[in-house]
Amino acid sequence: MRYLPLTADDRSAMLATIGAATIDDLFVDVPAEARLAGPIEGLPDHASELAVERHMGALARRNRAAGDGPFFLGAGAYRHHVPASVDHLIQRGEFLTAYTPYQPEIAQGTLQMLFEFQSQVARLLGTDVANASMYDGSTACWEAVVMARRITKRAKALFSTGVHPHYRSVARTMAKYTGDALVEADPELVPATDWADLAAAVDKETSCVVVQYPDILGRIDDMAALAAACQASGALLIAVVTEPVALGLIKSPGEMGADIVVGEGQSIGVGLQFGGPYVGLFACKAKYVRQMPGRLCGETVDANGKRGFVLTLSTREQHIRREKATSNICTNSGLCALAFSIHMTLLGEAGLRQLAAINHGRAKAAAAELAKVPGVSVLNSGFFNEFTLLLPTAARPVVHKLAERDILGGVSLGRLYPDNDGLANGLVVAVTETCTAEDIAAFAAALKEVLA
Amino acid sequence: MSTLNASGWRPEMNAGGADDTTTFTGNRALMLEEPLIFEIGLTGTTGVDFDEAAPALDLGGLARTAPIGLPGLSEGETVRHYTRLSRQNYAIDLGLFPLGSCTMKHNPRLNEKVARMPGFADIHPLQPQETVQGALGVINELAMWLIKLTGMHGVAMTPKAGAHGELCGVLCIKAALEARGEDRRVLLVPESAHGTNPATAAFAGFSVEDIPATPEGRVDLAALKARLGPDVAGVMITNPNTCGLFERDMKAISDAVHAAGGYVYCDGANFNAIVGKVRPGDLGVDAMHINLHKTFSTPHGGGGPGSGPVVLSEALSPYGPIPYSARYADGTFKLVEEESAGAEHPDTFGRMTAFHGQMGMFTRALTYMLSHGADGLKQVAEDAVLNANYMLRSLEDVLDAPFGASGPCMHEALFTDDGLAEGFSTLDIAKGIIDEGYHPMTVYFPLVVHGAMLIEPTETESKAVLDQFIGALRSVALRAKNGDPALKSAPHFAPRARLDETAAARKPILTWSEPVVAPGTPSLSEIGGS
Repeated sequence: MRYLPLTADDRSAMLATIGAATIDDLFVDVPAEARLAGPIEGLPDHASELAVERHMGALARRNRAAGDGPFFLGAGAYRHHVPASVDHLIQRGEFLTAYTPYQPEIAQGTLQMLFEFQSQVARLLGTDVANASMYDGSTACWEAVVMARRITKRAKALFSTGVHPHYRSVARTMAKYTGDALVEADPELVPATDWADLAAAVDKETSCVVVQYPDILGRIDDMAALAAACQASGALLIAVVTEPVALGLIKSPGEMGADIVVGEGQSIGVGLQFGGPYVGLFACKAKYVRQMPGRLCGETVDANGKRGFVLTLSTREQHIRREKATSNICTNSGLCALAFSIHMTLLGEAGLRQLAAINHGRAKAAAAELAKVPGVSVLNSGFFNEFTLLLPTAARPVVHKLAERDILGGVSLGRLYPDNDGLANGLVVAVTETCTAEDIAAFAAALKEVLA
Repeated sequence: MSTLNASGWRPEMNAGGADDTTTFTGNRALMLEEPLIFEIGLTGTTGVDFDEAAPALDLGGLARTAPIGLPGLSEGETVRHYTRLSRQNYAIDLGLFPLGSCTMKHNPRLNEKVARMPGFADIHPLQPQETVQGALGVINELAMWLIKLTGMHGVAMTPKAGAHGELCGVLCIKAALEARGEDRRVLLVPESAHGTNPATAAFAGFSVEDIPATPEGRVDLAALKARLGPDVAGVMITNPNTCGLFERDMKAISDAVHAAGGYVYCDGANFNAIVGKVRPGDLGVDAMHINLHKTFSTPHGGGGPGSGPVVLSEALSPYGPIPYSARYADGTFKLVEEESAGAEHPDTFGRMTAFHGQMGMFTRALTYMLSHGADGLKQVAEDAVLNANYMLRSLEDVLDAPFGASGPCMHEALFTDDGLAEGFSTLDIAKGIIDEGYHPMTVYFPLVVHGAMLIEPTETESKAVLDQFIGALRSVALRAKNGDPALKSAPHFAPRARLDETAAARKPILTWSEPVVAPGTPSLSEIGGS
């Protein structure tokens, strides 16, 4: 019990100050029949640091880490190299062990960082304002749909077929309870997106159109025409970005007219971590700022006229507005936002553009190499660092056979769309700067072997 | 002397020469002012080296043409920028962080070391399941601990934070009611519950009705019983409540709600007060989220991440979200997600986040549990309650303790600003305690009392630390009682004096923009303002 500093003498002295005979006298309000007599059965007693590290280390070794060999998974979570100084800096105790900055005079470090994060995110996504982060991309996506309903007073959301199936699944869960109608369909294995069809489907009941960019199959298309169609009908265009590194190279959704841009920020500064914690990005046009969910940091001055930062517009939030709040979200992803912001600062615009270009170049090289495997073709007409392979057979068993050869070769559409046999032969492959030429050659060779 | 930056990070030199409060740089010895990255970084600078040249692009007309406007710093400058910013923050690593209801306790570094093991930190959520058996094992082992500690039937691991857990629990209630074919629309929320509760209930489509607190600071059982009926889906109760008190009538409340056909949601944010001492399942709770960062000490990093698994009763377990990790007899683990849910978990309300929850927090929480063990966790609750009661009894002669006679407090002690000098308030005490080197307690919460101050020392503070804090708070409280005018302008020694929050909200400046604006150009705040 190395984390508990009270000694037996301390405890006695404190009980005497309180005027209690025993510690159990402090639990008198717990009904006697519910009070546990001893420690809970079936759980071990305390253990040394060495013993715990050994146990957890054994569990960790039962996982195949991305860095242990060729690795090509994406579909909403991406492996990028994170500079050593990012993790070093977020482990500074003053960042790591601080709470939500409710007392701004002694939380300027966190607050200034959040202001910088908001500014970086807004610029990257091409919007006016951004909030101080959400849980992750999928929940941010749903919050955007709720926000669109509040703004438009309409309750029908059109989802592009290219939106990540798990993001759609989250939206479907919530829509069941909030009364939104969702229109969605699975993607078809065609080289470009179906945004023209989507634009034609926008009507006076539509609160928003949700598209992903690059989409789940890695396709990239211009959303300007769709934005115009939305605007003409009074609907909002919501763009989802799951791979923000792409925006170093391709036009931002804001630039193309999106009203709300949400994203998963994990790929900048935050590790894969088996799915979380990640960092949701949420940005929009300035005119909608008072309808935003989540925390916002704003600039102000102190009593001496010095610039400082505070959490602001809290009248939107649950602790003030209770059942009338814009969202029930209370926690953001402060530490992950910090990692994002530090990594982005290290990259700068020049570095981000170069990183993005390297990703794109590697992916093109890999696509060309993999397309040489007999029976394999590349679906996409355009892509950033992720594309869909069409295999001559179902992709799911292929993924497992590749794993037996120690190649983690992508995400099968069969796993993402288990009910859609028409997609079963699709394999989504992500290629980042961490994939070497040797990794790509090994992947192609193994794929050839497995398909033979 | 010139003003080098209009936005004020470098204050103007006093025209009459140096005085004792300003310097040319704005720096005071080790307290360093730090500009924004946008003011010191350049778009052409990068702190990262790449070992290859940029290749030719093939982007079908979508290549970016306009600049993004992202500043870059070299690695050394980056380390300095963030290190300097970190020094403007208070943190649990610096001292007692007595925020009631938020629970800031020591964050053991073993947790951090374990979470960074490549087998946990560097695995993808969609890897083939045979390659992540250890990770699924962690989820399963943590779930087992939570079920045993709470005496419940099942647990939903995916909620990403406490409020997300509330949503999960409330959706389970809604799904259970639907399965019974009932359309109950009302959730009762006592005044002494957390503020997220009503927002969550509304978000899930319920209407919210308050239940008053008794003068003692507990739920008014008679009022609650009187409101129960066929339109009531259940109650959202916080126990221990936000007044720091254990709801003595919890079992009676649960029985009454169940008898009326409703469910009991318990906000488990304060579970650290009772872990190992009492199991919520024995009190009739149907769903309760557990803030892993509070009870099991995962770092909260300036506002998050959190993690909010929800334990469920037998009645609600069938409705919990997917995905989850299931253990088979041969010791292997499998994820139950959309594909197999139909066969193995047919009544699930669905998915509430893209992947499997806050895995990085799970490893930290499990490490913490294993370090403490069942015996240590019981000691955690006892020491947390002991420290809070010591705080309550050591301060109640100088600060008003509205429920001091209601019995022992649990893990947090509640005071109010009653009895301060005319014009002095809780805020003045909070800002005064900053000058003594402490983060203030939670202020103006809970709403049940006027000018609340909620102090939670936690179990990781020693008696010596408590005694020093008590001494400091006594002195500030006495200054507020005596009307010391200097307290009104505190803090005097923090990196910033009191900040103008009204101005920040009236004309919001939420992103950095070039300070030079052409005449007639509307500012962002004018566009975005009300």
